[in-house]
Amino acid sequence: MDSVKKSTEIHPDERRIILKYADQPDYDISIDCYMRNGGYDVLKKAVAERKPEELCQEVMDSQVRGRGGAGFPAGMKWKFLDRKSGKPIYLICNADESEPGTFKDRQIIHKDPHQLIEGMMLTAFATGTAQAFIYIREEMPLGAEILEAAIEEARANNFLGDNILGSGYSCDLVVHRGAAAYICGEETGLIESLEGKRAYPRIKPPYFPAALGLYMCPTIVNNVETLCNVKHIVEMSGKEYAKIGKPGNTGTRIWCLSGMVKNPGYYELENGQFTYGDLIYKIGGGLRDGRALQAVIPGGSSSKVWRSGERFVGKLRDGTEFDWGIEDVPLDFDGPMAAGSMSGSGGVVVIDDSVDIVEVLANINAFYAHESCGQCTPCREGSLWMKKVTTRMANGGAREEDADLLASIGDQIAGRTVCAHGEACAWPTQSFIAKFRDKFIDKAKQDPEEAKSRSFRMV
Amino acid sequence: MAFELSPETLSYIEKVIPRYPQKRSAIMMILHAIQKEKGYLSLEAQKWVAEKLELPPIQVREVVTFYPFYREHPIGKRHIRVCRTLSCALNGSYKICDQFKKEFDTELDDISPDGRVTVEFAECLASCGTAPVAMVDDKLYENLNEEQVEAICEQIKKETPAIDPAQAES
Ligand SMILES: Cc1cc2nc3c(=O)[nH]c(=O)nc-3n(C[C@H](O)[C@H](O)[C@H](O)COP(=O)(O)O)c2cc1C
Ligand code: SF4
Ligand code: FES
Repeated sequence: MDSVKKSTEIHPDERRIILKYADQPDYDISIDCYMRNGGYDVLKKAVAERKPEELCQEVMDSQVRGRGGAGFPAGMKWKFLDRKSGKPIYLICNADESEPGTFKDRQIIHKDPHQLIEGMMLTAFATGTAQAFIYIREEMPLGAEILEAAIEEARANNFLGDNILGSGYSCDLVVHRGAAAYICGEETGLIESLEGKRAYPRIKPPYFPAALGLYMCPTIVNNVETLCNVKHIVEMSGKEYAKIGKPGNTGTRIWCLSGMVKNPGYYELENGQFTYGDLIYKIGGGLRDGRALQAVIPGGSSSKVWRSGERFVGKLRDGTEFDWGIEDVPLDFDGPMAAGSMSGSGGVVVIDDSVDIVEVLANINAFYAHESCGQCTPCREGSLWMKKVTTRMANGGAREEDADLLASIGDQIAGRTVCAHGEACAWPTQSFIAKFRDKFIDKAKQDPEEAKSRSFRMV
Repeated sequence: MAFELSPETLSYIEKVIPRYPQKRSAIMMILHAIQKEKGYLSLEAQKWVAEKLELPPIQVREVVTFYPFYREHPIGKRHIRVCRTLSCALNGSYKICDQFKKEFDTELDDISPDGRVTVEFAECLASCGTAPVAMVDDKLYENLNEEQVEAICEQIKKETPAIDPAQAES
């Protein structure tokens, strides 16, 4: 099996809990190494001494929020499981990691797979899961191989499978591979895909996975990073975990910094203790020499863009007033939300002043047009129109009225679709036009030949 | 000719079906295994899967035609996928893709004239921190630059024999 390169630079501001061992030079993916470092001790203790309800309560107490995009509290999600139906309960780990700008789950899967397995088996035990799955994207073939091998090791040690550690509880874990479709990251699309169908998302209500999920049975879908947190919550107790970070924004998060910064990479930071300015300038080394900031995408490419120099003014839930620039926005769940966007999947993309912002949107629009599943007309047609208009603009065919046209297409998608891909594809266009209207209008003044012959292209 | 699979693929398929509570769930894993062996998913292959899982053939074909990774036609011997999404594009992935095409004298999505490769664009490969990136078959290459692409192409040419163009015509 190929091995994965370790990142040697861990920033001193990081607080590594999930990635504690991942990049240590002498740490490997074998179960022996994992157990030498205390691995599976939490699971052993939990199945021997704790009741499932207690574990669920720990996760509730921890206030941990989902790391996949929506930031929904995991404890609450588990509580919604329909237990009255008497149907088997399924657990699915969402390892589709496909929101552009996100590459954190990759680190866990490739460098510390047993941590994910232990987190999943604790979750399975806590929720009474009958069978668990990991849905991993096709483009991580090595990750799938690593997970399958790790599962066999864990099975040989009776950490999963029949009668786990003599507890009387049985649960198997299966790796399922996607086939390069982004929409499989959406939890109901993922479920359809796991059933062996096209990944057409289901409409909510009534198809909330906790009630009607896989095979119409109650199902939990959680992100890789969320499930790893479960291990640490059970280990230190929910109340202790809740002391890390800030109320409602507990724990650490693995932020993925990419784009046009000096030190792109993943950084695990305590929630609420840093700002986007810290991440981009201090930890990420700032912009390349001679370059100025143009825009920041704060949480995966579907999150609403911020323009350099803009101010965010308002009142937080607790009444405190704020007046922030991009660099002041707290690096947690609530900060970017207060600033009109979201932390989403934790993918921060930095854009400097050397690129044409119209072309940036054209690149994003090409992604969402490619990834629409095609079920809903507004998303299928709208994402394609937005792509066509922005591609034409980038290639020298911009018209002054394009800004309004784009905004109107975006406005006709969001809120009118089966799944949140509608918002995911509309938000970039809506926010780019709102924030960079002048540049989209100016684009019409560019010499078409100059646009056509440009040497740097993104579409 | 009847559709046949290697004993390894067959035994893998027998192993993978019972992993799922319902047989239909095994479609994707079976398609992966067959595409790996055959290079693509012919209609015969799809019919075989349908029979194996006792499903109407359309339920297999609708899966094959939905997911970008499954293909109904052969590609070059090596599969080059260059990430075209934002963080990679900001770091020059379009140029990287052009270089791959030039090295093999081919167009996007076509089989190169020497039969060695098919170059495609891929959407975000979840490695944006080391952009630009590309995959060659199952292997990820990160922080690509001109020299590295050249080295990768050279290695492919060394490892993968070209097909005779006359044979390619027929
Ligand atoms: C279009 C779309 C794509 C998504 N892609 C992913 C993904 O790749 N990985 C992920 O964990 N969640 C993704 N999500 C979020 C999932 O639907 C789901 O909320 C999440 O897996 C729940 O896990 P969590 O509560 O632990 O965050 C996506 C959502 C949408 C609408
Ligand atoms: S919003 Fe888009 S991706 Fe979601 S179900 Fe509708 S067409 Fe499919
Ligand atoms: S944009 Fe290329 S790997 Fe994410």
